[in-house]
Amino acid sequence: MSLCHFYPSLVIKFFRVCVCVCVELKMAASSERSPPPFPDSEEPELLEDSDEGADAFTGTSISEMDSPSPDSTRPPKDIFNEPPEDIFSDPLSNINSEPQKKVDAKIPSPSSDEAVDLFSDPLDDDSEVMSSPEVQNPMPDLLNEPVEAPKSDVLGEPPVHRDAARQQDVFEDPPKSSSKSSSVKKAASSEMFGDDDDDEDLFKEPPKVVTKKPQPSGPPVDVFTEVKSDVKVKPQVKDDPTDLFAEEALTAPAPKPSAGSSSSRTNGVHSEEQDLFSEATVELSLDSPRNDRKNKDAVKPSVSAPAAPVASSSSKAPSKTLKELEEEESEDKFDLNISITNPEKVGDGMNAYMAYKVSTQTSLTMFRSKTFTVRRRFSDFLGLFEKLSEKHSQNGYLIPPPPEKSILGMTKVKVGKEDPSSAEFVERRRAALERYLQRVVSHPSLLQDPDVREFLEKEELPRAVSTQALSGAGFLKMLNKATDAVSKMTIKMNEQDVWFDEKIQDVENEEQHLRKLHVMVESLVNHRKELSGNTAVFAKSVAMLGSSEDNTALSRALSQLAEVEDRIEQLHQEQASNDFFTFSELLADYIRLLGAVRGCFDQRMKAWQRWQDAENMLQKKREAEAKLLWANKPDKLQQAKDEITEWEAKVTQYEREFERISATVRKEVIRFDKEKARDFNRQVIKYLESLLHSQQQLIKYWDAFLPEAKAIV
Amino acid sequence: MVRHDEINKHKLQICKELNPRAVNVDLQTDATLQVDISDALSERDKVKFTVHTKSTLPNFKQNEFSVVRQHEEFIWLHDSFVENEEYAGYIIPPSPPRPDFDASREKLQKLGEGEGSMTKEEFTKMKQELEAEYLAIFKKTVAMHEVFLCRVAAHPVLRKDLNFHVFLEYNQDLSVRGKNKKEKLEDFFKNVVKSADGVLVAGVKDVDDFFEHEKTFLLEYHNRVKDSSAKSDRMIRSHKSAADDINRIASTLHSPLPLLFSNSQKIEARVAADEDLKLADLLKYYLRESQAAKDLLYRRGRALVDYENANKALDKARAKNKDVLQAETTQQVCCQKFEKISESAKQELIDFKTRRVAAFRKNLVELAELELKHAKGNLQLLQSCLGVLKGDT
Repeated sequence: MSLCHFYPSLVIKFFRVCVCVCVELKMAASSERSPPPFPDSEEPELLEDSDEGADAFTGTSISEMDSPSPDSTRPPKDIFNEPPEDIFSDPLSNINSEPQKKVDAKIPSPSSDEAVDLFSDPLDDDSEVMSSPEVQNPMPDLLNEPVEAPKSDVLGEPPVHRDAARQQDVFEDPPKSSSKSSSVKKAASSEMFGDDDDDEDLFKEPPKVVTKKPQPSGPPVDVFTEVKSDVKVKPQVKDDPTDLFAEEALTAPAPKPSAGSSSSRTNGVHSEEQDLFSEATVELSLDSPRNDRKNKDAVKPSVSAPAAPVASSSSKAPSKTLKELEEEESEDKFDLNISITNPEKVGDGMNAYMAYKVSTQTSLTMFRSKTFTVRRRFSDFLGLFEKLSEKHSQNGYLIPPPPEKSILGMTKVKVGKEDPSSAEFVERRRAALERYLQRVVSHPSLLQDPDVREFLEKEELPRAVSTQALSGAGFLKMLNKATDAVSKMTIKMNEQDVWFDEKIQDVENEEQHLRKLHVMVESLVNHRKELSGNTAVFAKSVAMLGSSEDNTALSRALSQLAEVEDRIEQLHQEQASNDFFTFSELLADYIRLLGAVRGCFDQRMKAWQRWQDAENMLQKKREAEAKLLWANKPDKLQQAKDEITEWEAKVTQYEREFERISATVRKEVIRFDKEKARDFNRQVIKYLESLLHSQQQLIKYWDAFLPEAKAIV
Repeated sequence: MVRHDEINKHKLQICKELNPRAVNVDLQTDATLQVDISDALSERDKVKFTVHTKSTLPNFKQNEFSVVRQHEEFIWLHDSFVENEEYAGYIIPPSPPRPDFDASREKLQKLGEGEGSMTKEEFTKMKQELEAEYLAIFKKTVAMHEVFLCRVAAHPVLRKDLNFHVFLEYNQDLSVRGKNKKEKLEDFFKNVVKSADGVLVAGVKDVDDFFEHEKTFLLEYHNRVKDSSAKSDRMIRSHKSAADDINRIASTLHSPLPLLFSNSQKIEARVAADEDLKLADLLKYYLRESQAAKDLLYRRGRALVDYENANKALDKARAKNKDVLQAETTQQVCCQKFEKISESAKQELIDFKTRRVAAFRKNLVELAELELKHAKGNLQLLQSCLGVLKGDT
């Protein structure tokens, strides 16, 4: 299944890349000149196009490329002439000139590794392009490459660059402080990007370009903040002497293969699309279903293209690290497998608890061994959540919430012996815990947390205390209180960031929506269970009827019918549990997760509030100073001045914090949306497959029954 | 508010298209007398059936004619058969069930009230669903009434009944009134007496092995069919609510899935409807039919008891040598009655069995075929949807 997914997703991803690059190109080419009107229906069209492109691509692209319009030679010029002009005025200019050289230098570098091969291809193309702008076939080569890694990188980077260029004033701080390597990377990509422009033009998709254009030009402001944070983060890591590897681990969300930096950038570029994605799974629908599907598919590739980070990092990294990078690539694919098995009742009576076996399989070097297992109880999971939220939630991280504590269910388990409902409860909780843990480790930053590592590795954990308050109703109440408090604040906070404004609205709508859906699915589960029960009763009744029927053939047919109904009962039951485990639980998870997302927004608002409070305080202090000046009290003046500087520093600090948290939240939400789309897609497919299976069984049963019915004489 | 007539008009049209009717009993067709319900109209709380007759029998004035009849008139016809001593030896075709639109009417009412609070799409969708439900009940009612008439028309004796002919031909209101309270009470007592008597009569050992066997069989069969019928109803009800859930999920989802879900709902709902039509209705019909057969056996048993009593009375009268002639006549009448009933009842019961087997065969085959058809449809739907989701691989 995943394989099936993978391939098409690659293709689609590829097209997205093309389109995006194309857009970027156009932007580069014309954004300084005259921005076209903002089209209304950019999104569907784009998606449609990218899809059609997939078909037309192999067939027509070459022929189209054969007839380059006079325009096709221009973009490169634009790239090489215009942007620099633009950039020269800002601090980035020197960075820009440097990378070019670097990339050039790298082209001839021989390579034995596959990654390098793949990687060098585009570069070769680059060189060709550079030497002759009328290259006929640079793109097909790329096309045929199974790995579009460099491209995706290209896709990710340019916008940043552009934005950076345009938003110099805001940007000024971070770039300066950013390390060489990151800037090199940027520049390198910009280089490649320029070439891709070329390709793009050969492709000639002008209408698309035009429609798409507003998109990147829309979000730059938003993107920018994110970029900034990225840049900030990276140098830290780099400075860290550990090694490149650790850096990868940190910057790259380990399980989900795109490197943190590049992916976030990609996100930045797509941020508008991402919005759509989030809804793709559940809310979309606004347009034709096809679009949604495409959106979904499109999300996946960006996640499942592990090559991207490798390529991007290899472009900047010395060749000796290539091996490590490759390692990292492979780890990206199956870095961490966590499964929870063997729920076991420990102890007796009301002190009894369920212990679960947590098995981890990993190739990450941060762990001591490749496979290990520990036994954990439910409160340990809650304790982990508590620790994580204490540490990370104020930074705007999205901490996956654990399943809620169910006193009723657990009491049943404690008291009841072997009863199917408590078995179901345990299985349900086991699955929920497993998903919870997988979500935790799939978070690039949380995975780095020592507590998580300890939770997975350490034999004995100190008993988690006071998890009671966090669980179940208490937890919900806490959340609700926070929400209420924040909703009051919302009125005060005038959201300047449209992205957040919309996103908060989206999240709220989606949560409501999911709740509604969840109720319905629950009712479906119940009805199916009821149906299963009734079918069983009917089957028995028919069997009785058959036994009292005095026509032999009819009697036989009736008992066959009873058997069929019996089997169908089984099917209904299975389907009911499928409804529950693949569908209902998914919704329940996401209702909880959306709550957590709201929590992130709350954190951001709190940061904003702090900042505003500090501003107000500063204002007051200034007024006080003015008063003192006026009253001519020099003795206190100095103190007031000190206070002002102190508050000024605080304001700057809080402002920075707010910006940082905004960036983090945005990144988290985008990541969340992506994961959600992927999760829903996967689960829905699983669910449909289960439906498919039961229909197949149904056909089998009735097929067998038909001759029996016909045999009645 | 949703107007009833609006829906009824709709119904009317569709009813005309209702050609391959859901007649769930096999009947021998006889060209001399063919009866069908060509049309039906639902008005407020009544359903008006247009009964269409085609006949070459000499006692009808025309060869082809139609009259409008209501459910009460069907009941009247049925009761007149039951009350006629002449027909004591026959299985009287079970009367059609009362049309019951209350549930969907109520829903319709609610829909009308909730019109303001719903989006237009939701409203149209709900309305369509309700109409479909209403239509299904309507069709079923019509089919049941038609089956009753067809059974009568196909019966060698009952078809010659005068009341039946009046029912078919008289083109004005038969002005049958519903039973009043007193009559209903009487009916109730009659039923109580009858069932008590039935138990008594059933206890009497039959002289004829055939009837003895039929009696035990029918008693058991009737109970089992009753059980199955109730169970199938429950099963189908939960199936329908599951389908409703899927439908509601479909209306809440916004993605490529609603299409799948609403289609899947349609299929699921159709499965439930077909099960209803092919299985539950069959069982229900045979519930009533076996009741009618049981009634026949009761009448025969009653006649047998009467006959035996008359024999005893004759013996007594002879011993006392008093009223011998009167006792003899009574005994002879009872004997004749019993003989007559036994004779026709045997044939009727054999026919009943043949009819039953044929009907079960037909319905079970159709059920299996429909289930297969729906499952395959669903399978295809799922496959295509999965294909789409997986990216057309």
